[in-house]
Amino acid sequence: MAMSGARQSLGRSAAAHAILITYTIIALFPVFVIVINSFKTRKAIFRTPLEMPDAESFSLIGYQTVLKQGDFLLYFQNSLVVTVVSLTLVLLFGAMAAFALSEYRFRGNSLMGLYLALGIMIPIRLGTVAILQLMVATGLVNTLTALVLVYTAQGLPLAVFILSEFMRGVSDDLKNAGRIDGLSEYRIFFRLVLPLVRPAMATVAVFTMIPIWNDLWFPLILASAEETKTVTLGAQVFIGQFVTDWNAVLSALSLAILPVLVLYLIFSRQLIRGITAGAVK
Amino acid sequence: MGTLKLKDVYKSFGPVNVIKGVDLEVRDGEFVIFVGPSGCGKSTLLRIIAGLEDATSGTVEIDGEIVNARPPNDRGIAMVFQTYALYPHLTVRDNMSLGLKQAGRPKPEIAERVAFASRMLSLDDYLERRPAELSGGQRQRVAIGRAIVRKPKLFLFDEPLSNLDAALRVNTRLEIAALHRKLNATMVYVTHDQVEAMTLADRIVVLNGGIIEQVGTPMELYNDPANRFVAGFIGSPQMNFIDAGLLGVSDADTIGVRPEHITIVPSGGDLTGTISHVEHLGSDTNVFVNCEKAGLVSVRLFGEHDFEIDSERALKLDPARSFRFDRDGQRLR
Ligand SMILES: Nc1ncnc2c1ncn2[C@@H]1O[C@H](COP(=O)(O)OP(=O)(O)OP(=O)(O)O)[C@@H](O)[C@H]1O
Ligand SMILES: [Mg+2]
Repeated sequence: MAMSGARQSLGRSAAAHAILITYTIIALFPVFVIVINSFKTRKAIFRTPLEMPDAESFSLIGYQTVLKQGDFLLYFQNSLVVTVVSLTLVLLFGAMAAFALSEYRFRGNSLMGLYLALGIMIPIRLGTVAILQLMVATGLVNTLTALVLVYTAQGLPLAVFILSEFMRGVSDDLKNAGRIDGLSEYRIFFRLVLPLVRPAMATVAVFTMIPIWNDLWFPLILASAEETKTVTLGAQVFIGQFVTDWNAVLSALSLAILPVLVLYLIFSRQLIRGITAGAVK
Repeated sequence: MGTLKLKDVYKSFGPVNVIKGVDLEVRDGEFVIFVGPSGCGKSTLLRIIAGLEDATSGTVEIDGEIVNARPPNDRGIAMVFQTYALYPHLTVRDNMSLGLKQAGRPKPEIAERVAFASRMLSLDDYLERRPAELSGGQRQRVAIGRAIVRKPKLFLFDEPLSNLDAALRVNTRLEIAALHRKLNATMVYVTHDQVEAMTLADRIVVLNGGIIEQVGTPMELYNDPANRFVAGFIGSPQMNFIDAGLLGVSDADTIGVRPEHITIVPSGGDLTGTISHVEHLGSDTNVFVNCEKAGLVSVRLFGEHDFEIDSERALKLDPARSFRFDRDGQRLR
């Protein structure tokens, strides 16, 4: 009995792994193709797109173009600034709003929560025209501030929603013990509650960060000037109406993966803890 | 120093009235225990005293001063919670000293008070550990230590023992009793374990549905309950309530008799029934007798006794220890 049980669970875990591995391959395949082709000559890209670069087809021409053309370092910097600042603001304000919603009883609490969560269902792009008018009126067009403001607004609903659920789970007794010891509400928030919802913060961080980094829409509309271009927008210069410099496009995209990968790795340990928090314990 | 006075305290959460007019005076150095069924408002009342919850109306006085408008840290109270509520990221020492640091006390004084509390609770070996590295009993001792260090006028405990296992509960109970004696402090303690209430309390406050049913020493509540609720709540196994008509009593609705005040006699008792179950506890024996109309009557006999299940027996009630209640459950004297 025990043997068959063990064998059965082995079979089951093999099946689970097969499914997961298949999914991983499917998900990573396009990324893989982009990365290998970025190291090939233009001819090789078209003739044998699925082959690894070899001595003959290997070329760094794409990377050379990217680094020469335009100010790619600046684009990177812009992307990073926008992503990191937006992320910080989303996490800070999202967590504070979530704390208020979960901790304090006030009139209209649940209505407010619903209102803040509405943004999850309504895409912010629907408001593009109004946002553009607003930015023109305030003179923020072609500034990174415009992007940061828009992305903060875009990220807040999900952040508030997820974090307030987690914060309801933080022990009331702990917060009350802090109050009896004379901690201010801010200390209770920053020192007692935030550390306990760290996994949720990481989840929110990942889900907020990736759409911001990858966005093309708002940079194109709000900040298309040379000095405020982001990486995704910068890579577009290589896509022409008639000729596209595929070497450069693929190299730019490969480079664009790196920073977001680094940020993801920072958060992922926490993320995994967040996902499994309910399961184990 | 440490008296507490509640005057006409009401509390409602939206439309729900939870505390419906509580008046209570606790004397200096007294150990008062709130008991009552789950959801009757014990914790809410304690949190109102602590200042964690605002009373809807009424006043809370600590040491003769009305403290309604004061924050919890400024009321001279300390509280111990059921879930320990230790700060997970701080060591035992820092857990105990945080409140004093926050109040801006000088370092040597903090160190001295922490040392005093940790010696008293034998926590000296654990001062540098974090709460995650302690057992449940040790965590609760740290929580008690954190309260002692504050030198409060009033200790508040909200079911501090209910997360501990039975053996540890007895030990910690003794420790709290010793603590009370040593510190001579005023303590208000919430529990729904009546053994805790009977053994620790100077006075017990029985709450039910947001009002006080009775306040008295454990023996007053046991020997002289004000109504049927208190009579049924204090004592284990529960008091038997028997329809007065079945006993030939005409001036009452129900008669209450504790299991220990009933004896089993061969014949000629007040009730007859068949033995339905016997519990042997060593020191006493609980016998459950099925008396038809009067229902299941529990009898507590001292020592060891044997009865054959389904055999017929007669029960004799001690008239001097029987209580008479009217239709509304009020005691008739
Ligand atoms: N924040 C709140 N909002 C609404 N209702 C509440 C709130 N806190 C408590 N209540 C209600 O008040 C009543 C009393 O709660 P309380 O926690 O004081 O009970 P208790 O006597 O301590 O019970 P237990 O023995 O189970 O701890 C309960 O019916 C509860 O539902
Ligand atoms: Mg309670």
